[in-house]
Amino acid sequence: MEPSEQNAVTDFESVPESATRQNVALPAPAAITDAGQAAESSPRTGTHIFDVNGVSIYYGSFRAVTNVSLNIYEHQITAFIGPSGCGKTTVLRTLNRMNDLVPGARVEGDVRYRGEALYAKEVSPIAVRRRIGMVFQKPNPFPKSIYDNVAYGPRINGIRGKAELNEIVERSLRQAALWDEVKNRLGNSGLSLSGGQAQRLCIARTLAVEPDVVLMDEPASALDPIATGAIEDLMKEIKDKYTIVIVTHNMQQATRVSDRTAFFSVLVNPQSDTRTGTLVEYAPTDRLFGDPQDDRTKAYVTGRMG
Amino acid sequence: MTTATAEPHQVDLREPAGWRRTKNRIMTSLMVLSIILVLIPLGFVLVTVIAKGASSISWSFLTGGPIPSIVAPAGVGGIGPAVLGTIEITALATAIAVPLGVLGAIYLNEYGGKSWLAAIIGFMSDVMTGVPSIIMGLFIFSIWVVHRGLAGLSGFAGALALACLMLPIVIRSSYEILRLVPNALREGSYALGASKARVTVTVVLPAAIGGIVSGSLLAVARAAGETAPLLFCIGAATAANPNVFSGADTALSAQIFANANQPYVGAQDRGWGAALTLIAICFILMIVARIVTARFARYSR
Repeated sequence: MEPSEQNAVTDFESVPESATRQNVALPAPAAITDAGQAAESSPRTGTHIFDVNGVSIYYGSFRAVTNVSLNIYEHQITAFIGPSGCGKTTVLRTLNRMNDLVPGARVEGDVRYRGEALYAKEVSPIAVRRRIGMVFQKPNPFPKSIYDNVAYGPRINGIRGKAELNEIVERSLRQAALWDEVKNRLGNSGLSLSGGQAQRLCIARTLAVEPDVVLMDEPASALDPIATGAIEDLMKEIKDKYTIVIVTHNMQQATRVSDRTAFFSVLVNPQSDTRTGTLVEYAPTDRLFGDPQDDRTKAYVTGRMG
Repeated sequence: MTTATAEPHQVDLREPAGWRRTKNRIMTSLMVLSIILVLIPLGFVLVTVIAKGASSISWSFLTGGPIPSIVAPAGVGGIGPAVLGTIEITALATAIAVPLGVLGAIYLNEYGGKSWLAAIIGFMSDVMTGVPSIIMGLFIFSIWVVHRGLAGLSGFAGALALACLMLPIVIRSSYEILRLVPNALREGSYALGASKARVTVTVVLPAAIGGIVSGSLLAVARAAGETAPLLFCIGAATAANPNVFSGADTALSAQIFANANQPYVGAQDRGWGAALTLIAICFILMIVARIVTARFARYSR
């Protein structure tokens, strides 16, 4: 199954269209194994989707994140946890080049998506984001109808047929567990939905372009437990088709949904009074929570440090 | 309620008396007072114009022509050429200034960022806001009208001058509205693989369209009432000029200027009538624009 193949078909803006498509067909390189993640106790070991190696991220001269290396596996849910300011969102936004939109943001190190360098000169961020979608912390439906919100992505990918769009909209809304609530008012404004519904609309909008990877930045932080549960169920349901990376403040959520967990922490430099995030530990979720290797991880997951 | 008063209050939930309450009342009264003060002149203007102008208004006054000499008594001829001229010239100026201004604002907010070009354009447009309208008229007169001889005085020249006046208003108001569009919307669109142009056209502009239309309308209303730049640029025609690009034209504001300060009763009546007509045109324009905007902004709530 190559859902993302269809997406880039009428991509008139992005340059390396055909190149990207070839690239994806390339076999992923052999696993680059780091200490601590060589032994695979994970339920499934698949292809690497992302290989992140020695990455530091700067905003201007400020180093926000330093020395992050991790591999993210296909059809798994990978959770990023850690205290505020530890750079987990920054790392997440590096994976689909959303940080390009922040003036002065700069990535050092090697980020590979299916073996291809994401930050190579000829890579178009537009082509990248068509394969790697993102759901944000705050629901951000467009000021358009519910239907047009979901159809937005397919439309910018050149899908115009009414029947085809109808089918995509229904399928995406069903996947996001929102269909039954909105099927009779698809023409209403996307802004008329409640917070939880709006977030599911944003998830449906992301799924509508059939991305390869879905990045989620604290997607449930503004939602009540019921809506959160709905979104977690949804994530487990769709992980057969997608690879999911989720940033969360909620450790229970990480243990409930994720296959692997990365724990980030903050390095404080007392001389310059700067705080830099870094990756402390990355392991299968049951092991990171059950048998953490690093003291900082241990303190965090046992609740001794906030 | 009657039983409740018999029992002592457990807690006092009334607004506390004292300075805080007094302050609140003073400020509220001040705000109401300022609104009234602002509305009084507006009310007087409207009442005066309607009282003095209403008697002149008739179908033949609005559409008839030619515009009679200032000594002619009321009821002779009509200001049809001026109504037509105002509509033509303002529409042309709008067609020039609004697209340019909105595109300029899009450049400033979406593309220019912190570049020196954007800084210069932003600064120049702010300076342009402060240029007196008569200077704009003089400017167009000197770069356009004088070089084209007799054909130089035209509705088009007037439209150019009005467009120069409108441009900075449209740029500034559109820019401020575009800045208010939440970044989250742009990011949502980018995250679906949209290009910058696509994000701007399909997400940012629809979200801002209501404010852009309102801002542009202010500019249109301002331009429709401008007199000084037109005096230089359109000449003084008395008959309708169907060719807006060549030959003298006239406009309501020019007619108000020409008639209202005359000693002749007929001229004064025509001046007031023209004033009322101009106000009515602006008013209708505002209503139409509100309806159009409401349609565009259907999903913004």
